[in-house]
Amino acid sequence: MEAGTENLVEALARLSLFADLTHPQLEVLAHSFDEEVFAEGQRVIRQNMPGSGFYVILEGEAKVVIDGVERARLSPGDFVGEISILTDELPIADVVAVTMLRCLAIPNTELKAFMLGQPAVMYRMLQTEARRLRAASIWER
Amino acid sequence: MGALSERPFPPGAYDVVVIGTGPGGLQTAYSLAKGGVECAVLSRDPAPGGMFRRFPVFQRLISWTKPDAPVERGTREYEAYDHNSLLGEERDHRALAPEFMDRAFDLPARHEMESALAEFAARGGVQARYDCEWLATRRTDEGFVLETADGEYSCRVCVFALGATERWTPPIPGLDAAPHYADTLTPESYAGKRVFVIGKRNSGFELGQGLLPWARQLVLASPRRVDTAVLAFSPLRLRYLQPFDEYVRGGSGSYVVDVSIERVERNADGYRIHATGTTWDGKLVFDSDEVIVATGFRAPLRDLPALGVATVSDGRLPAQTPYWESVSVPGIYFAGNVTQASPGLRKHGSSSSSSSVNGFRYNARVLAEHIAEKHFGRDRKRPELRRDDVVPYLLSELAHAPELRIQKGYLARVVSVDETQGIRDDGIVPLADFVDRAGPDACAAAVEYDGGGAIVPVVYVRRGGRLSEHVLPPHPMHAFDTDAHRSELEARVAPLLG
Repeated sequence: MEAGTENLVEALARLSLFADLTHPQLEVLAHSFDEEVFAEGQRVIRQNMPGSGFYVILEGEAKVVIDGVERARLSPGDFVGEISILTDELPIADVVAVTMLRCLAIPNTELKAFMLGQPAVMYRMLQTEARRLRAASIWER
Repeated sequence: MGALSERPFPPGAYDVVVIGTGPGGLQTAYSLAKGGVECAVLSRDPAPGGMFRRFPVFQRLISWTKPDAPVERGTREYEAYDHNSLLGEERDHRALAPEFMDRAFDLPARHEMESALAEFAARGGVQARYDCEWLATRRTDEGFVLETADGEYSCRVCVFALGATERWTPPIPGLDAAPHYADTLTPESYAGKRVFVIGKRNSGFELGQGLLPWARQLVLASPRRVDTAVLAFSPLRLRYLQPFDEYVRGGSGSYVVDVSIERVERNADGYRIHATGTTWDGKLVFDSDEVIVATGFRAPLRDLPALGVATVSDGRLPAQTPYWESVSVPGIYFAGNVTQASPGLRKHGSSSSSSSVNGFRYNARVLAEHIAEKHFGRDRKRPELRRDDVVPYLLSELAHAPELRIQKGYLARVVSVDETQGIRDDGIVPLADFVDRAGPDACAAAVEYDGGGAIVPVVYVRRGGRLSEHVLPPHPMHAFDTDAHRSELEARVAPLLG
């Protein structure tokens, strides 16, 4: 199969994060933000470096690395980068492409307007954050 | 006289093959030659100039060249005032765009730009085999074989400077019936007509502006809202925003609407367009005498995707590493306008200038140096610096280097420190590569937009494998070489320099 021939709107439509969006809304999303493709080993988010974005993985695999130690793996549908944007703090981890990685990239400066404009997406993001929080709490017990 | 009319670069084996003779191809070929790398240049066109042999449709660029500027024409610093000339190593090859401008505008006309590019090729000695179209590509153990109309070329490295020249049309039913931007007729052909333009990016607005004196009614339509905050940083605002301005003020016959186009029907009177609102609820049906599809272009990648070259933007552009190499097929590089698909760090969402000549001319020069070093073992010039010269040198670069001023947050000046080699000027490199690559102790100077849109100097210090970032203060005149900057920079790099 040729690499990356899938239509961006179709790719977005498959993700549960965007399941509530209509086709015209998906088109706006695809027209408003860029796809980025990272080679294996490239960093998507950089620990302690400001100014990054919100990334939704469309294709491929990434790892979360804190101080050089791998902490998690990410796959299509997962998203990263929102915490540091929402808290206005530096990212606490590197996110590194493990395979060739295709993402939708929303710049940090545009995430707030995007979330307020799409409350259904924001709700699904919150659900994911809630699950992450619960998993983290269980870990610490 | 036979030798003069003989076409250069017959089929055969070359170290590098460059495809394309637009500004990206010309700059790459010129810089490779200056770095001592043998390359064949092939072009399907009959002459140099690339897209500027035909576009923009309304014959005026949107990037400025100031024939007179605060600094002397032909100097390195002048490049920041001349966004259209290619980069020459000799005075004679530099600042050619202003030589052809009639100064009706500070934006060159298409034909002026084309002449300047042809002059660069002539004076700079950039030869090419014209009318030689690249047709297909295959991989070999040593590199690649490019099949062309004239025969086969083998090479270790290819640089594709193809431009985004192939029409791209979204999959909307009925859209095939409407002409593309590239097929726009003369403006007077639209006199008294209702014109529906699909697309609200550069080409859509260019058409809208150009047709204002002619069309009876003008509609610009696409899903995305025109974002005035984004426009504030867009070259579009220089020339094309009158249709938007008229619409915002109301009632002029110009409309800029946010819709997703469902289908386009051709009928005896013209076209009927069915659309659904994107930033508002509802549907609209438009009747129009003409439809023009201004949804942009794609790079004519031919069989490269089948070879494994990954793409972005619905297959329109090749996905690239910070050094403009295919992320999936090593040895295939890109130059010119398509290098916009190597986005760099995009800190605070800011994008590079790689989609236009002013930005990608630097990418091409950095690429040529990179190819010479990585693939052909040519050591790059790394002049030694004295300890006390480092801070003044970096300050001067922050204040004056056109590479840093134009490719903000994208290209950086790097100085490295090594026990055996001393302090070295490592040249201009992609900032993303510096930030992500492990290496010796070093610092990189860049000019960037900060989160609030102010232009600031930034220095990155890598010491013992750890990277730190330091944003220096902005300055109303962008004078980043004040005493305050000097003392802060000194404090930041002192631990590195010892």
